Amino acid sequence: MADLYSKKVMDHFEHPHNMGEVKDADGKGRVGNPVCGDVMQLEIKVSQNEEGEDYIEDIKFKTFGCAAAIATSSMITDLAMGKTLDEAYKIEKSDVAEALDGLPAIKNHCSNLSSDALRKAIDDYRSKKS
Amino acid sequence: MKDFYFDYAGTTPTREEVFKIMEPYFKNEYGNPSTIYKKGRIAKEALENARTKIADIIGAVPSEIIFTSGATESSNLAIRGIAHRARKEGRGSHIITSQIEHPSVLATVKDLEENYGFKATYLPVDSKGLINPETLKKEIRDETILVSIMWANNEVGTVEPIAEIGEIISEINKIREAEKKHRIYFHTDAVQAVAYFDISLDKLHIDLMSVTAHKFYAPKGVGFLYVKRGTELLPQQTGGHQEGRKRAGTENVASIVGMAQALELAIKNQKEEFERLIKLRDRIIEEVLKIEDVYLTGDKEKRLPHIASFVIKYIEGESLLLKLEKEGISAATGSACSSDSLAPSHVLLALGIKSEVAHGSLRISLGRYTDEGQVNYLLEKLPKIIADLREISAVKGDF
Repeated sequence: MADLYSKKVMDHFEHPHNMGEVKDADGKGRVGNPVCGDVMQLEIKVSQNEEGEDYIEDIKFKTFGCAAAIATSSMITDLAMGKTLDEAYKIEKSDVAEALDGLPAIKNHCSNLSSDALRKAIDDYRSKKS
Repeated sequence: MKDFYFDYAGTTPTREEVFKIMEPYFKNEYGNPSTIYKKGRIAKEALENARTKIADIIGAVPSEIIFTSGATESSNLAIRGIAHRARKEGRGSHIITSQIEHPSVLATVKDLEENYGFKATYLPVDSKGLINPETLKKEIRDETILVSIMWANNEVGTVEPIAEIGEIISEINKIREAEKKHRIYFHTDAVQAVAYFDISLDKLHIDLMSVTAHKFYAPKGVGFLYVKRGTELLPQQTGGHQEGRKRAGTENVASIVGMAQALELAIKNQKEEFERLIKLRDRIIEEVLKIEDVYLTGDKEKRLPHIASFVIKYIEGESLLLKLEKEGISAATGSACSSDSLAPSHVLLALGIKSEVAHGSLRISLGRYTDEGQVNYLLEKLPKIIADLREISAVKGDF
């Protein structure tokens, strides 16, 4: 059947991972604009690993938008979970799209905002800490 | 796979009876109606019978029907044909249309405006999608050559005051005639209306009317343009002498035969079907509006019998459609994310609906094969899907 999205996108859309809000979040990132039809919100809980580095202990998302927006949000929570903040900060849009076996071109442009949201959440945490 | 089709305003399946009546014209009676031997004459006869049948139904005469490939072509022929003819004869160059027209009208008027030096007025509508005939009247200028207003809107179902608008234009034309000035032509896109309303063109002041067949259980790729006698337009597709030299190209005989048959069948039990659909439609409207932060789009009363349309706050249309599809339900949305454009439906925006809300639009449209069981199924699934998407939503309660 002609499909709009990859199977992976549909899996994440239908069964999103880590949906919701983090209790007492250490950092929050919200991107997008409802006028454009996409808003993503990521919340992170940060802890220190054995080396004393900050890492993402928990991450949750909420998203208003199309299936691609929801799937990219879900996917980034998987990609970021457990990573140090420095590693997580390096996650690019293309990494998210790739992990989802690709996105339609127009969706890559307008709905792949989750890495921006993650960086904003990390920035938020760092700015509060400093 | 469960199949709950709720997009009849998008397209319809070809009826079995229609399919059957078309079949010979693909197989044995494949003659070209422009030829004079028997096979050609048989095809020609079928073509002319179809023309007469359609003319009878809409209160026209056969020579007023021009077969086309569908309503997009019909509207292009009507608008461009009138505009270019007026230009050629040194009449005016001003066109009035509305902000909620189908793209086949809007983009055509825009093209004439942007690339051919015509002037255009895009009439606003009220929050229900209704055009105010008085506003239209005020916009008419000496240079106005054409008014193009849809009979009923495909996205929100609002039925426009077509008779009243025709009346206004007719009155102005009477004055113009006395003053020996050029007349204004009135075109209407009747795509959604033709199967559901009494189209007595002999009683209405309509000069041109676009119709497509696939909205009333005939195939895609065929339609017609009604052109009232004496309405002169320049052909937009040149070539052979078909269709009174107004539209060149060998006619799509089988589909035209199917279209005429389908229209006849639609008219036959029009009243019963109209009332049956209104009952189903109103039940959907009543139940869906019970969900919090959901609003009806379009007019409640002046409404097509087969369209229930809503905006659902805090969720986005494409997600909604895909969730519905998972349950075997096909429906439509005017959300930007469902198309290649980034802006939500121009119709919803023209009604004054904010973009963030317009992204959550849903159109449920009904037809011949919609029954109570299907409606029950839809009404059972929809609230849960909306609740699920709202739970994920990052904007719940924000606007």
